[in-house]
Amino acid sequence: MTAPTNTGPFSTANGAVGIELEHVSKVYPGQAQPAVDSFSMTIEPGELVMLVGPSGCGKTTTMKMINRIIEPSSGSIRIDGNDVLSLDPNQLRRHIGYVIQQIGLFPHLTIEDNIATVPRLLGWSKKKTADRVEELLTTVQLDPGTFARRYPRQLSGGQQQRVGVARALAADPPVMLMDEPFGATDPITREKLQAEFLRLQADIGKTIIFVTHDFEEAIKLGDRIAVLGERSRIEQFDTPANILSAPANDYVASFIGQGASLKRLALIPVSEARLAPVATQPSAAQVDIEDNLRDALDLLVLTGGPSIDVSEGGRVVGSIDHAAISAALRATSGAGRVG
Amino acid sequence: MTGFDWHNLIVFLGRRYDDIFELVGEHLLVVLMSVGIALVLGTGIGLLVWNKPITRSVAISTAAVMLTIPSLALLALLSPVLGLGWGPTIVALVFYSLLPIIRNTVVGLREVPLPILESARGVGMGPIRVLFTMQLPIAWPIILAGVRIAVQLTVGIAAIAAYVAGPGLGQYIFKGLSSLGSKNALNYALTGTVSVIILALLLDAVFLLIARYTISRGLK
Repeated sequence: MTAPTNTGPFSTANGAVGIELEHVSKVYPGQAQPAVDSFSMTIEPGELVMLVGPSGCGKTTTMKMINRIIEPSSGSIRIDGNDVLSLDPNQLRRHIGYVIQQIGLFPHLTIEDNIATVPRLLGWSKKKTADRVEELLTTVQLDPGTFARRYPRQLSGGQQQRVGVARALAADPPVMLMDEPFGATDPITREKLQAEFLRLQADIGKTIIFVTHDFEEAIKLGDRIAVLGERSRIEQFDTPANILSAPANDYVASFIGQGASLKRLALIPVSEARLAPVATQPSAAQVDIEDNLRDALDLLVLTGGPSIDVSEGGRVVGSIDHAAISAALRATSGAGRVG
Repeated sequence: MTGFDWHNLIVFLGRRYDDIFELVGEHLLVVLMSVGIALVLGTGIGLLVWNKPITRSVAISTAAVMLTIPSLALLALLSPVLGLGWGPTIVALVFYSLLPIIRNTVVGLREVPLPILESARGVGMGPIRVLFTMQLPIAWPIILAGVRIAVQLTVGIAAIAAYVAGPGLGQYIFKGLSSLGSKNALNYALTGTVSVIILALLLDAVFLLIARYTISRGLK
């Protein structure tokens, strides 16, 4: 990102900031049970944390308390050490990117004006705003010449969601809150948006809190996953690999569902496995060393052969069989487990 | 009954055209003033009640009841208090303009999708900014449709205001009706009536232009 970092009330120079929630609760008036009960979590700068849980578990409420769309009843929330409850909510929100499932693009404004919303609120110059809009449209793979002057209703759902992400990124906020941003798109578009989002996050390294009810999505995108139960209670908070290999309790296990090992394979690149020497006879299919072990297993099953070749940059560098895949899976189980 | 005397009408129009234009001007002015006042009052009331279920239904049903009062009766009721001429006319026209404007303001504001309002808050807009840059512009096509109905309604009702010596083309219509049998009775009534119709059509055309230039293309 070439745009200057605009951390606003948050002082960190490199753009990424940590978030700490301490005993945060939300009690709605007239309800005996709190919607969120004493939620505590520390999120490292630049980390992508997934909050995953069933509908109504309070994950969205938890997230929305961070930018005070919902005011917490008690507890403290600090971003980069600053207590968000003591900041002006509007100032705070201008420095936290916010993407919701329904996207919420402003229908009467062009794509350009939608993305320029926060820069204008922050009083950026026209030139700087226009440059930033163009840069962001390119970042989310929408051609500025084609899309800048269009209105939201003229875009497909996937394109609208890209604009939603671009709008949230406009003032280069250090923190992003995303509430099931890809939930309303069809599976193919969702997969594409997820892949783009991962690439984008690799570039920008924001501190992101991402709410989803889709565990597969959580595994795919998250640095760490918090599996939430009733009243936003944290059942387990760990890396995807650790949650898959050692679920903390039955609740988490039920959330993972069937085929935990297969899901874990998807997280391990082929390069992690011990490759056998190149087979004398070339196999019917090849897997790239950058692909994951689930892709490798998929090809093994498909070809029915004893092993398949592994290529790197188009050159065959080794081969992999069932035993090597199983060994890699065992080697990573429990590795780096916390608690 | 012989055929209509076109020659007589043309002579009539030729003699009184400046008088007619003045009445058209008065008619237009009283309609625009009344709808202007009703627009401010009606959107104000709409903004106050749109998200409160009880006050909202009270406001809309009150305005609906007001609309059912016959205009002649209302003018007769107003004139002992407000006298004759512009006063009771404007009050009556504002009265009839309120329902379409309040109702459409309420409907328009309620139709602004909640995710849009949440997004607007989420990017750091305060309530006043959300109102003026999001809610009102998005509700504007519906509010404008209400104003258009109010104008059509009051162009017609303003003609009846001549009953309390109000301004506008109603004076010709009433003059014609009260002098039936005289040489120019039909000319007066016809000129008044046709002018009201032409005025209504022209104003409607103006509204099409206003809609075209004030409604975002993203909302059409």
